[in-house]
Amino acid sequence: MNNLLSRATPYLQATPLLLILGFFLAIPILLLLVVSFWDYDFAGMIPGFVTFNYTETLGSWITWKTYGNTIKFAIIVWGITTFVGFWVAYFLAFHIRTATMQMVLFLVCTVPFLTSNIIRMISWIPVLGRNGLINSGLVGAGIIDQPIEWLLYSDFAVILAMVHLYTLFTVTPIFNTMMRIDKSLVEAARDGGANAWQIIWNVILPLAKPGIAIGTIFVVTLVMADFSTVQVMSGGQSASVALMMRNQMSLLQYPAAAANAIVLLVVVLFMVAGILRIVDIRKEL
Amino acid sequence: MSKAAEIDIASVSKIYGKTTAVDAISLKIPAGSYCCLLGPSGCGKTSTLRMIAGHESVSIGDIVLGKEVVTHLPPAKRGTAMMFQSYALFPHLDLVDNVGFSLKMAGVDKETRRAKAMDMLKLMQMDAYATRRPAQLSGGQQQRVALARALITDPEALLLDEPLSALDPFLKIRMRAELKKLQKQLGITFVHVTHSQEEAMALADIVVVMSDGRIEQAASPRDVFERPATAFVARFMGDHNVISGKVIGSDNSLVTFEVVGGGTFSASGEPKPAGVDVDAAIRTDHVRIGESAVKGLGFTGIISNIEYRGASVKLSIEGAGIAEFTAIITDKAFYATPVAVGDEVPLHWDVEDAIILGTLNS
Repeated sequence: MNNLLSRATPYLQATPLLLILGFFLAIPILLLLVVSFWDYDFAGMIPGFVTFNYTETLGSWITWKTYGNTIKFAIIVWGITTFVGFWVAYFLAFHIRTATMQMVLFLVCTVPFLTSNIIRMISWIPVLGRNGLINSGLVGAGIIDQPIEWLLYSDFAVILAMVHLYTLFTVTPIFNTMMRIDKSLVEAARDGGANAWQIIWNVILPLAKPGIAIGTIFVVTLVMADFSTVQVMSGGQSASVALMMRNQMSLLQYPAAAANAIVLLVVVLFMVAGILRIVDIRKEL
Repeated sequence: MSKAAEIDIASVSKIYGKTTAVDAISLKIPAGSYCCLLGPSGCGKTSTLRMIAGHESVSIGDIVLGKEVVTHLPPAKRGTAMMFQSYALFPHLDLVDNVGFSLKMAGVDKETRRAKAMDMLKLMQMDAYATRRPAQLSGGQQQRVALARALITDPEALLLDEPLSALDPFLKIRMRAELKKLQKQLGITFVHVTHSQEEAMALADIVVVMSDGRIEQAASPRDVFERPATAFVARFMGDHNVISGKVIGSDNSLVTFEVVGGGTFSASGEPKPAGVDVDAAIRTDHVRIGESAVKGLGFTGIISNIEYRGASVKLSIEGAGIAEFTAIITDKAFYATPVAVGDEVPLHWDVEDAIILGTLNS
């Protein structure tokens, strides 16, 4: 009896995680996969096994164009957030001397996250709008005589809002990696005659790569799955894969949306696998 | 291989906010010598080394290397190279790139710097591991790579921050011998920070004993050991009993003093006025059991502890107002006339084994 209990203990300990992962990850994905092969009409889903959800999705040039657009957002947002994230993390990790001040400033970075994504996004509208702060300011100062149209409801607005929303996801892992860099390595580099830029390029950047990779995974997956930012900030003029799925769902085309979701999942998994092939993040975990 | 430089530290201080880590020290380290900065943690030895290296700014004073004042030069422009305590090898680079790092920074082309780095690794007998990463090496191997990296710039002085502290005791002794050999071979100035007396004695041409940001004594190991300048040095180096008392009389280089509530002792030293506080050091290994022929060169005490150490036996004795007095006698002498804890034994020593210690005047 005792022996049985001691053998069962590890399984019992693993059960909560297994249940959570099972109910919230494995089963939903399995359902998604099953539904993606179902048929549907205007009123509902019809169980079965058809592949036209996939052939329709992959065969449509709109899908390809939307993927292209989403990947474009992902690359631009990734580039900007990684650049900004690296320098913010670098400043926090190497130029702030006391640990207390580092923590205070890091918390300051997280303050915007105390409000919801939507609110932070919408708060751009009065800034960027036709009669928003920037336009009225520029017109009032006589710099321009017509309001700039592309500030809001444009790709520019989408990218701006995404950068705003996701930069912290790169700051955090990069800061974390940089804090683990032994400060004596920087001194050793200086002793070897490296100037500040050479230290960044030859020591800090290579050692911060795992953090950059983790940040990249966060940002790429978030942008690839984003629909609200694209919808609100582009004013419906731009498309993303997730937005396409949402539209399908609002038309009750669940199997088509499911097929789309599976395709997106596969694409994102390949992207993550690609990142992991380039950078070894194991020592960070 | 390269020229050695004299290091001249001229009343250098390091002040952090309100604390003074290094307090106006002056020190001349002759070119090509092996100098050990020795002291307990927090004595300012590492700050001193880092100021020589240029990794710490000098608050007051100047540092001269060779003929050049280097006080405000960046580390790489000083002709010094530093070996860090944990070696600070770049974990993302293989050994060749680690060793060739400073050449890369100087813009030396890849072929040349890899060839030079390989030569350096060969010198350290690490060429077989050239393509490995530092994490794949043992502590002793990492140290050799760190040495190779430091020496590739042809420094005039090598600065070592507790280089042996990360090694196990056996390796410590082996790497110590290697360091000494390397210094002899290169002929450059080595400045080595350590808290181990043994290490300093084994390696140094000059031992600089520091305490509280000041230099207590800078002399050859033999001088520091045989004629400690201050009570701190005598205590820190070990092997000396330090007894304190008040002078009652002096007479041609023999000072007589009285331990409060205890005996009267004599020790050689400069005459001092009566009533002044003095410390005297008595070599623990020169104390013998037996009545003293001369008054003031011995006392009778009770043995409080006996430690067997193989070739010698360490006796702890209490008496004549001295709380703890150590006598190290040879095993032969001990077993010839065995004593036990609680026994009352007479001890004596020769006049040259008791010396009056100086004080550090500010």
